[in-house]
Amino acid sequence: MNNTMIKVENLHKNFGSLEVLKGIDLEVRKGEIISIIGPSGSGKSTLLRCLIHLEKTSSGSIIIEGSPISFEEDGRQIHFAESVIRERCRKLGMVFQNFNLFPHKTAIENICEAPVALGRKSKAAALAFGERLLERVGLSEKRNSYPCHLSGGQKQRVAIARALAMEPDVMLFDEPTSALDPELIGEVLAVIKELAEDDMTMLIVTHEMTFAREVSGRVIFMDEGEIIEAAAPEKLFTDPDHPRIKTFLEKML
Amino acid sequence: MGYLLESTWYILQGCTTTLKLFALTLLFSLPLGFICAMAKTSKVKPLKFLMELYTSVVRGTPLLLQIFFVYYGLPIFFPGLRLERFTAAVLTFILNYGAYFTEIFRGGIQSIDRGQYEAARVLGMNYRQTMSRIILPQTFKRVLPPVANEAITLVKDTALVVVLGIGEVLRNSKEIVARDFTISPFIIAAVIYLMLNYVVVLIFRKLEQRYSVYE
Repeated sequence: MNNTMIKVENLHKNFGSLEVLKGIDLEVRKGEIISIIGPSGSGKSTLLRCLIHLEKTSSGSIIIEGSPISFEEDGRQIHFAESVIRERCRKLGMVFQNFNLFPHKTAIENICEAPVALGRKSKAAALAFGERLLERVGLSEKRNSYPCHLSGGQKQRVAIARALAMEPDVMLFDEPTSALDPELIGEVLAVIKELAEDDMTMLIVTHEMTFAREVSGRVIFMDEGEIIEAAAPEKLFTDPDHPRIKTFLEKML
Repeated sequence: MGYLLESTWYILQGCTTTLKLFALTLLFSLPLGFICAMAKTSKVKPLKFLMELYTSVVRGTPLLLQIFFVYYGLPIFFPGLRLERFTAAVLTFILNYGAYFTEIFRGGIQSIDRGQYEAARVLGMNYRQTMSRIILPQTFKRVLPPVANEAITLVKDTALVVVLGIGEVLRNSKEIVARDFTISPFIIAAVIYLMLNYVVVLIFRKLEQRYSVYE
């Protein structure tokens, strides 16, 4: 059985003349937890955003569970219709640095909005599932709170529950704790760790080195739009092949 | 006292026309502004250009001039298109306020954070679902204060149709002023406009309160 969830080949992304991704190759297998680290501006977030098509790729292939959303064949780029891409990207869920909760909806409404809007679940089923998810992220008592009445950590936990409500096969985290006060980071990381224990496939862009080391099966170091090294955390954090990684890690600690 | 009551009663009769103009204008210019704002924020270039032309011409020229143009000017360009005075007034007001509402709604839509579109998108929503469920409900709350402003201005602008001799509040007071050489009817008119606007303010305050549960 093929258990490749995401396959990326020779992915390029330019913003005007600025080359942000310079040929990324990556394969994500089912149940894998991959942390992506590296200095700011290295293209980590752009890579995640390309995977879920928030950014249009310039060239290269992205294949999600066998279905391409971007495909390059013999140097020719094949384009897909928006609706096709949207359908294929539904296998992925995403959590943002700034949460991006819907401010006019309560916690439970945020979670149930998409499954109901897209006809994935009946209202009652979505509600029941949403309540289970809220319980899972430890926020049952905040069910009817609006985002403006939640702390940053609570917002991010609701955002995680909202992404899970669409029952994605892969979760993408784009610096999920970067906008949080230090004392609130732990509660969000704990939720992500719990997902890890449930074998959720995850790609996590993060600056939390200890967390990355603890939770991931593979760590990817990116710099200037390229993957410099991808290795098991023990290897990458203690004995990286590349001097650039050493310098980066020294600065982080 | 009897004189004052009599004058007030006569001026109040003009209220029907004032209110009719006010209500019809809001009723049609709000949806018009909404549709035009959607067109203006769309990606269709000719549509955007057309809307740009509409809002700049209408917002760039006096409403009074527009009233004259529609009533006196249109029949010259299109013989046979002689509009009823009130119809001409309503039509002009709808087009005029529609342009302002277009800009208010456009600004409201564009003020919503890009992250909201992205969040909706990664959850699998299409453009229509994103707009109707996520963007527009937030826009509605944000445009309430400027829309209230326009509604207040509209109450006062209705007085402009006096130039077409339509019997609304100001015209009726003017008649008494001209007949009796007293300015008390103008004061009565002022109080009536003030009261009408007080109601408008109350309604919008209620609406704003209702939508203040978040943010």
